[in-house]
Amino acid sequence: MRNIPISALIGLVFTGVYFLMAIFAPLIAPYGLAEIVGDVWEPSSSVHLLGTDSIGRDLLTRMIYGGRTTIFIATAATMLSFTTGAVLGFLAATVGGWVDQALSRFVDLMMAIPSLIFALVVLSVMPVTIPVLILVMGLLDSTRVFRLARAVAVDITVMDYVEAAQLRGEGRIWIIFREILPNALSPLVAEMGLRFIFMVLFVSTLSFLGLGVQPPAADWGGIVKENKDGIVYGIAAALWPAFAIATLAISVNLVADWVLNRTTSLKGGRGG
Amino acid sequence: MHPVLKLVSQRLALGILLLFSASVLIFVGTQILPGDVAQSILGQSATPEALANLRAELGLNDPPMTRYFNWLYAALHGDLGTALTNGQDIATSMGRRLGNTLFLAFWAAVISVPLAIFLGLLAVRYRDRWPDKLISGVTLASISIPEFLIGYLVVYFVAVKLGWFSSVAMINDGMSLLEKLNAIALPVFVLVLVVLAHMMRMTRAAILNVMQSAYIETAELKGLSSFNVIFRHAFPNAISPIVNVVMLNLAYLVVGVVVVEVVFVYPGMGQYLVDHVAKRDVPVVQACGLVFAGVYIGLNMIADIVSILANPRLRHPK
Amino acid sequence: MADTLLQINGLKIEATVFPPGEPPQDITIVDGVSLSLEKGRVLGLIGESGAGKSTIGLSAMAYGRGGVRITGGEVLVNGRDILPLGTRGLRALRGAEVTYVAQSAAAAFNPAKKLLEQVIEATLVHGRASKREAEERAIALFAKLGLPEPETFGNRYPHQVSGGQLQRAMTALALCPQPDLVIFDEPTTALDVTTQIDVLAAIKEAIRDTGVAALYITHDLAVVAQVSDDIMVLQSGRTVEYGSTDQIINHPQEEYTRALVSVRSIEHKEKLPTDAPVLRVKNITARYSGTQFDVLKGISVDLSPGQTLAVVGESGSGKSTLARVITGLLPPRDGTIEFAGRTLASDQKNRPREDLRELQMIYQMADVAMNPRQTVGTIIGRPLEFYFGLRGAEKRRRIIELLDEIEMGEAFIDRYPAELSGGQKQRVCIARALAAKPKLIICDEVTSALDPLVADGILKLLLNLQKVEDVAYLFITHDLATVRAIADSIAVMYRGEVVRYGPKSEVLAPPFDDYTDLLLSSVPEMQLGWLEKVIATRKMESAGN
Repeated sequence: MRNIPISALIGLVFTGVYFLMAIFAPLIAPYGLAEIVGDVWEPSSSVHLLGTDSIGRDLLTRMIYGGRTTIFIATAATMLSFTTGAVLGFLAATVGGWVDQALSRFVDLMMAIPSLIFALVVLSVMPVTIPVLILVMGLLDSTRVFRLARAVAVDITVMDYVEAAQLRGEGRIWIIFREILPNALSPLVAEMGLRFIFMVLFVSTLSFLGLGVQPPAADWGGIVKENKDGIVYGIAAALWPAFAIATLAISVNLVADWVLNRTTSLKGGRGG
Repeated sequence: MHPVLKLVSQRLALGILLLFSASVLIFVGTQILPGDVAQSILGQSATPEALANLRAELGLNDPPMTRYFNWLYAALHGDLGTALTNGQDIATSMGRRLGNTLFLAFWAAVISVPLAIFLGLLAVRYRDRWPDKLISGVTLASISIPEFLIGYLVVYFVAVKLGWFSSVAMINDGMSLLEKLNAIALPVFVLVLVVLAHMMRMTRAAILNVMQSAYIETAELKGLSSFNVIFRHAFPNAISPIVNVVMLNLAYLVVGVVVVEVVFVYPGMGQYLVDHVAKRDVPVVQACGLVFAGVYIGLNMIADIVSILANPRLRHPK
Repeated sequence: MADTLLQINGLKIEATVFPPGEPPQDITIVDGVSLSLEKGRVLGLIGESGAGKSTIGLSAMAYGRGGVRITGGEVLVNGRDILPLGTRGLRALRGAEVTYVAQSAAAAFNPAKKLLEQVIEATLVHGRASKREAEERAIALFAKLGLPEPETFGNRYPHQVSGGQLQRAMTALALCPQPDLVIFDEPTTALDVTTQIDVLAAIKEAIRDTGVAALYITHDLAVVAQVSDDIMVLQSGRTVEYGSTDQIINHPQEEYTRALVSVRSIEHKEKLPTDAPVLRVKNITARYSGTQFDVLKGISVDLSPGQTLAVVGESGSGKSTLARVITGLLPPRDGTIEFAGRTLASDQKNRPREDLRELQMIYQMADVAMNPRQTVGTIIGRPLEFYFGLRGAEKRRRIIELLDEIEMGEAFIDRYPAELSGGQKQRVCIARALAAKPKLIICDEVTSALDPLVADGILKLLLNLQKVEDVAYLFITHDLATVRAIADSIAVMYRGEVVRYGPKSEVLAPPFDDYTDLLLSSVPEMQLGWLEKVIATRKMESAGN
């Protein structure tokens, strides 16, 4: 953990702050989530740091709780997408044959439809609840993780050291967990950061379209939807989530970049 | 058969197969999932009789296979069914909206593609110097913000604060081209911003990849000017990756359009789809899903075919 | 001298490297190198990888690859210092006065353009001839370099011709502008040995006929001895020795040069085959799934315990496929493999652990044969644990024993592969194979990725270990010098068949079959005039026929 570059450090700090805010939201938030505490769209003041929203709730409170919802959904969906995608991807790469063919062709098909469109199609018949959102987003996105995990694992399985283990008589479990996984971990962790950002953007977009988190619960996309009418009157309340999403996404990106660079440098050897 | 012809026809067949499978997937997604369409439409308070009637009316009691093939058969004949919510013919309502969406996407593409390639070349030319760093910083930021927020940022700063253009993009048949262009200026701007970042990053990577090839060094050691190195040696080999990048991002544009239309209340396909998802109007959602998937699959197919055609190994077999 | 074409004085070249997790560092690649080259003469630059020879070569065009900078000294071409020249001046120099032949012609040609267009491009850009003249010149060069159908050869695309032909076309590309100086950067290294000799002869003839001066860069002293008038020996960016080819080859002054000259002079006394072979390959025929032709056609060879069978052949001969069949990775279509008196299951998955233990393998690329996330201790320890159930202190003791056997020692036990040199990596792979106490080790081109001196060390180690451990080697290689050094018996493979097989003394003694004759006579020898002799003999033979 020594020698963390400054950019990665900034990324780590900001990511940490956002996650802490999400975890301790009820303790930090100055008001209640649905509490109406003032006029419509009050400007920022010492009482309401970010002002109030379209029906007079404290915007900072909404933002903190919104962050909690957004980050929770994104984290859960990322975990789902990773477990599904990585397990199936490794399986396809090591077993090969028809298992690989069937999984890969199915993923090709899933990816032939843009995920937002596919999510909309599914959400038109499913009840829009948080578990359903996590499930739909996680499974749709697991196709990308599958492709990466499979590609990484295939690259590793053709290495001579895997063949050497196979010739030694090692079982599949040893080969997956001792030979392939340690070498596949870093690119997957870096990808996890990118998938998390994508999930944040995805759930925000769905909420903005009115097909994600349902009121009165708050999330960053929903806050934009609630306050978008203010924009034409020059009220910037709807833009705060832009700031939050962008800083979170950039911080996670910086961390992911660092993880990825560490991986590639390990392969490089002594620079000779 | 010439190998190129063979590959291209294979790719075409694959595209048709994918489109067919996508239609199955969309149908399965809306009809066979545990959600009940009739229940969704009528809500939790519906009486069992009303539910049964609606099910019969929608043909929900037929076996799924029958329903699918009925739907597909009708769709292939241009009959996309009628909307549940207002009973209108979907194909008719969609026709004009599709035109509007393509109009928007066309202008976004016309501006963003050359711009992205130009900026990508610029980033490569000044690699690791300030133009490159500036470009990659800006793209990182714009990739990190969802499309709808970029839309509102633009509305807030350009339409409201500066007072340029309207924040709502209404167009109708009575408008002249110039009026229409004026109306869609902001949504096009937002779409360009959204697509540009991805397209440029990928163009830069594609060109860099070509520029690091040994034959570029050969060209430099022949004493060619940078212009000649790039246009005689890098460009012919970069066409295929760049076309790929462009097509992938045009496909991305298809999705971006959905959200941007909602932001600017633009009467296009995206708006139409989102409205009817909220109303749980399944036939409309299916039809829109199919059209979007078709465009997406078509663009990806073109990308693949171009890279087959641009490959000298395939064009001039041994 | 009046006719000095290239004069390099006190050249210093630096590069910036970016070690992971540390600030960037400047390192010196070439330090204080001086040389001079007259018109019509050839200077060979020789050294191992990292000696800076390519970097020096490119400095004659004032070109630095990937962040390499010339920071000191002067480079005079035709009497004028080219280092201060601006972009325009350098452009006029490159491709006109000085041209370059790259190591991998396959990568150095633009895949999207016809060969002729690329060959004449520099000539046209620099206005050194009209288009028609340039094309005529190119066709004449194609003919001189022995390319088939010189009139139409240039109408093909790079992927439509063979590797050896591309390398000749690259030479034509360099000679077409009629430059004063050509830099040949390992032009024959990527070629098979029988192809190499023809390309080498073609290059030599072209140099002689055009009267051009050349810098010839290679790691193979025997090759450079054939083409150059003078030789400079380089090590770690410094000149070790600089003299005439005769002096360097026949009277080397420095220790390092002597080592290079005497490389592969290992003496190995041939052992006679015994009646009970450890490995008996019987009538093996094999093909890869999904293909229509047999890569191996009825292969039969025997290997006696504690001896070495060398399987020699060029790329495409099927020698590596034979290794895959014996290890059970590619079950054959026909034939059997007997090992230590029993018949092996054809698929590796069905072999008992004891069979797997007694048959080990060492790979060509040591760096991908070891898991980069495991330490040397784990890599060598795993077979001990897996086959013998060794744990804890006992395992560690055995690991250290093995590390001592490969002349590395205990200090390496916690190192990762990335921290080892190429030779050390291969040694660890040898230790991993030995840890299983095998009866047979298959060595697949184990020295071909290594520098000659390092490779020599590995061969000596293998021979010593064979004495101590009484292990048999199936040694797969394309390099006949290696074969001479270590084999007891030899199988020569050509297009999936064994064309010659027997004890070393018989296989390497006349009368030869055509292919073995071609192969043997193509291996460059460390003596002046060898190339002319071979070419002359071949011409006579073909005239006689």
